[in-house]
Amino acid sequence: MRRRAADWIPAAFVFLGGIALWEGLVRALDVERFLLPAPSAIVETLWERRELLWNAGLYTFSEALGGFAIGCTLAVLSAILLSRFHRVGQALMPFAIAANAVPIIAFAPITNQWFGPLNKTSKMAIVAILVFFPVLVNTLRGLTSVRPSSIELMRSYAAGEVEIYRRVRLPNALPYLFSALKVATVLAMIGAVVGEYFLSSQEALGFQIRNSAALFQFELAWAAIVVASVLGVAFYAAVALVEHLTMGWHVSARGES
Amino acid sequence: MTEAAAAAVSIRGVSKRFERGNVLALDAIDLDIGPGEFVSLIGPSGCGKSTLLRVIGDLVQPTEGEALVNGKDAHRARLDRDYGIVFQDAVLYDWRTVARNIGLPLELAGWDRGRRTERVAEMLGLVELEGFADHHPWQLSGGMQQRVSIARALSFSPALLLMDEPFGALDEMTRERLNGELLRIWHELGATVVFVTHSIAESVFLSTRVVVMSARPGRIAGIVEVDLPQPRGPETREHPRFAEHITEVRRLLRSGGMEGL
Repeated sequence: MRRRAADWIPAAFVFLGGIALWEGLVRALDVERFLLPAPSAIVETLWERRELLWNAGLYTFSEALGGFAIGCTLAVLSAILLSRFHRVGQALMPFAIAANAVPIIAFAPITNQWFGPLNKTSKMAIVAILVFFPVLVNTLRGLTSVRPSSIELMRSYAAGEVEIYRRVRLPNALPYLFSALKVATVLAMIGAVVGEYFLSSQEALGFQIRNSAALFQFELAWAAIVVASVLGVAFYAAVALVEHLTMGWHVSARGES
Repeated sequence: MTEAAAAAVSIRGVSKRFERGNVLALDAIDLDIGPGEFVSLIGPSGCGKSTLLRVIGDLVQPTEGEALVNGKDAHRARLDRDYGIVFQDAVLYDWRTVARNIGLPLELAGWDRGRRTERVAEMLGLVELEGFADHHPWQLSGGMQQRVSIARALSFSPALLLMDEPFGALDEMTRERLNGELLRIWHELGATVVFVTHSIAESVFLSTRVVVMSARPGRIAGIVEVDLPQPRGPETREHPRFAEHITEVRRLLRSGGMEGL
């Protein structure tokens, strides 16, 4: 499973090739810069406006991270409660699953109004709602998909519910939780940026993208999109790293044994 | 009552009706098992032998009657950790190493780390898995996993070992080797064993008594006292009484409604 540095060479070639092709086509076909700026122009803007973009990136990332932390914490706690009281769980699960299929981002204008359009709280709220359902549904599945004999074994050792959660259900739920957390990192960045498109502080990355595009400053819009993408990938990678470190025992990490 | 106090396991008029499907799984079972006995429960699928084992372990509540373990009611005995249990599936936790799987009941019983490490090493020796302490369960073969499971069940020295078809998923050769090992451990520790199996040969080879159960509703069709000499080994299977006992068990199974035996 573990990839060596050499395994990345083909992917790196594809990436660099793609950029080169983009640059070449834009120059050869003389594409209007407001339709599609050349990569070199975007990089130039990234460098020139680095302070603005860095601050905007931090601003938006803090919203994504805050909403992620709130939403995921509430989701895990709810999953524990719903798995413990499975009558309640059975009654609520269909709604959670349905909510998972709803385009929650559509509520962004409403959370903006509820929590104030210019502050971070409103963006954290939409991010928290966005990540809540997938994390809830997955964690609940992990907590409940335990073999009955695993529970019988714990009971034979006179273990109570708390011990069973601590030593069986929660570890069993970890792989499910981490795959949901990785999805949640992506949703968190989407939620924060799109939430900012509607109304936000001028410091925000989403504001920069929308505003630059409206003013035909396409290089800046693209540079801001690059910042959002890099932050999103880094967020995802950070969660994947934590997963790798905490779950050396799991099937997905067994390549080296 | 003195007799009950002396019995390792005493089953009194135990019936179990499962609400789902309204199935009578066990019908008024009475059985006493003495300390140090090795008793097998054998019978057709669905005869309730695994349910009976779980009633002894207080993992299933009987509809009528009661089970006593060491003279206490089964619930009290479970809370006192009076028995160890082994399932058909080894039920090892993937996130724990072999050593930490074996040490799990000790952790729950509040043993400190030093004593745990010492006992786990001892148990690894007992099941001949020295050197595998830091392996993870998935790195072991099925037979080795089941030995870890046995070591875990015995780690806190319970006087009673409950086994639910522990070798049912293993190949014939591994099964025979583990049968031999189990007998060696039984002799070494002097524990009482209640052993659920599908295999007639296995039940006769291992047990001091074989309890034959009839098809649903589960009743005791008869009990075979196995007088094969102890300690038993590969030569036991060639003993003339071995084949006779197998015939007896088979006859009882047939009388209990198992056709074609």
